[in-house]
Amino acid sequence: MVATRRIANFLYVRPWLTLILMLTLPLLWLGVFYLGSLSALLVQSFFYLDSFSGTIVRQFSWRTYGDLFTPSNLDVVLRTAGMAAAVTIGSVFIAFPLAYYMARYATGRTRGLLYLGVTLPLWSSYLVRVYSWKLILAKEGLLTWVISRLGLSGVLDGLLSLPVIGGPSLSFSYFGMFLVFMYVWLPYMILPISAALERVPRSVIDASADLGARPGYTFRTVILPLAFPGVVAGSIFTFSLTLGDYIIPKVVGDSSYFIGSVVLTQQGTAGNIPLAAAFTVVPIAIMGVYLLMARRMGAFDAL
Amino acid sequence: MSQSVPAIRLKEVSRHFGAVKAVDGVNLDVQDGEFFSMLGPSGSGKTTCLRLIAGFEQPTTGSVQLYGAEMAGVPPYERDVNTVFQDYALFPHMTVGQNVAYGLMIKKVAKTERDRRVADMLDMVQLGGFQNRKPSQLSGGQRQRVALARALINQPRVLLLDEPLGALDLKLRQQMQIELKTIQKQVGITFIFVTHDQEEALTMSDRLAVFNQGKIEQVGSPAEVYEHPSTRFVAGFVGTSNLIEHETAKRIVGEPGTYSVRPEKIRLCPPDSPIPNDSFAADGTIQDVVYLGVNTRYVVQIAGGELTVVEQNLDSTSMDALAARGRPVRLIWQKAHMRSISD
Repeated sequence: MVATRRIANFLYVRPWLTLILMLTLPLLWLGVFYLGSLSALLVQSFFYLDSFSGTIVRQFSWRTYGDLFTPSNLDVVLRTAGMAAAVTIGSVFIAFPLAYYMARYATGRTRGLLYLGVTLPLWSSYLVRVYSWKLILAKEGLLTWVISRLGLSGVLDGLLSLPVIGGPSLSFSYFGMFLVFMYVWLPYMILPISAALERVPRSVIDASADLGARPGYTFRTVILPLAFPGVVAGSIFTFSLTLGDYIIPKVVGDSSYFIGSVVLTQQGTAGNIPLAAAFTVVPIAIMGVYLLMARRMGAFDAL
Repeated sequence: MSQSVPAIRLKEVSRHFGAVKAVDGVNLDVQDGEFFSMLGPSGSGKTTCLRLIAGFEQPTTGSVQLYGAEMAGVPPYERDVNTVFQDYALFPHMTVGQNVAYGLMIKKVAKTERDRRVADMLDMVQLGGFQNRKPSQLSGGQRQRVALARALINQPRVLLLDEPLGALDLKLRQQMQIELKTIQKQVGITFIFVTHDQEEALTMSDRLAVFNQGKIEQVGSPAEVYEHPSTRFVAGFVGTSNLIEHETAKRIVGEPGTYSVRPEKIRLCPPDSPIPNDSFAADGTIQDVVYLGVNTRYVVQIAGGELTVVEQNLDSTSMDALAARGRPVRLIWQKAHMRSISD
């Protein structure tokens, strides 16, 4: 009793000591494992694989980055970035109304159940969920059956016959992959948006109506700008998670390469760690540019 | 005051939230150009009444009229009223200038005129040159002024103020009370001012309504409401009041009933002082003395109850006042200052 009180008093009058005690472990973690591995990655990306001997040359070179721009690699980057962008935009459109309802209208039990419902999928294994989607989307799967029962098979066939996004079945098309990505990352979009919307006071929305703004105008000039930091936070999750994922492109879709799967192959079977590292830097660079653009657009002005 | 069409007319207005009757059968006329206060404790329905006038709430029953026009089904953005919110509700992502210009943007007023009117309005609330600040860079009093400017720039026919001074400290509040009054005279529009501060309501209003449990207890000028409280609630809520009832009333007045008399109307006299014909009197002992600087409050024990007396400290010092504890006194007050009230 006396000892704990003395420790407490000793620390209370020395806030800096408390701070050091509190932060040493996380800072060590951040510095060594987090930033350490990241810089190791960055260094690796400037080495290159000697194609003749198959060994890694540990010398500074832009050669590996140059390899990124070969047509096939550029294809992978564009395909991945395009998918990530589509998934992000799609998620915003599905997440926003739900987040809006959760933050502004739902109360008590309903609200709790909605939050539970949104986060519940995160409790189960990611792999199980992706494979179950494969079954749902398969040609003989649940979704095709429901669609045919609804008499909408023509719509599905039309969709699948489209170039690029179509394919032999939903589970072998980019569109199917898009659906699975969106399903998997949706909670990461809903939660930051609803958190941002919850911070918008009721009175600010009232004030806009009071000053003569119709609901649409209020939405564009008040609600959306104030929720935008949440949208950006959510899109950072969906965008970067899609950029780095290698499981969904393997399970769903026509097994064409995405950044994640290239990284996996390059550093696994191909042994080209520098190229894998350079590929990993691509999402980081894209996110950097994206955040700069978001800041330019004033996404963080309301913070 | 013109007796033509009232600025606001509430007819048998009720607003129920489930089983809670937030507003319960309110009838009220507010005249054009009046500074009208809605006074009451929290939960008395005054803010709900304001929200009914603004259009954020629709009445469960009854009708809200604005200059004779029925407001049922008319949304806030189509009503010619503007509101100053309790928490100011400034748009945090906009500058002061953009906040004030918001209403004009919606009306698509040209930029040059908009800028001019924003500058004029900010000058009026003494924030000239603050256009490019963000609300987060302002003090509470300055935010308050921005909220006022943002509402007034639309030249509404009625300005609604929801406890706008509640978050300010005493000095600033008193200064803003005077400024609000000045601005109201300057722009000449109807102000409806919601407050739980009876002093604020008394000093600022032309007329006021006292709310209690969703109903209006009394409507009148500050002097009327203060001098002639018509119910027990008003007597207790607006200023402090002595209630004399039951046996005590019968003994002093000669007739049963409930009467109220303000503490400052009662004089402390030596025992055995003569009782003038136009006055009532009661004998008692000083129980407690609270020295308040400007005046002193005495609690006097009389047969069957206690009376509070407030005297100006004209000659007395704190020492004199405090020494009076335990002293027998005769309390005398004019009959005209005693009011019969209903429950």
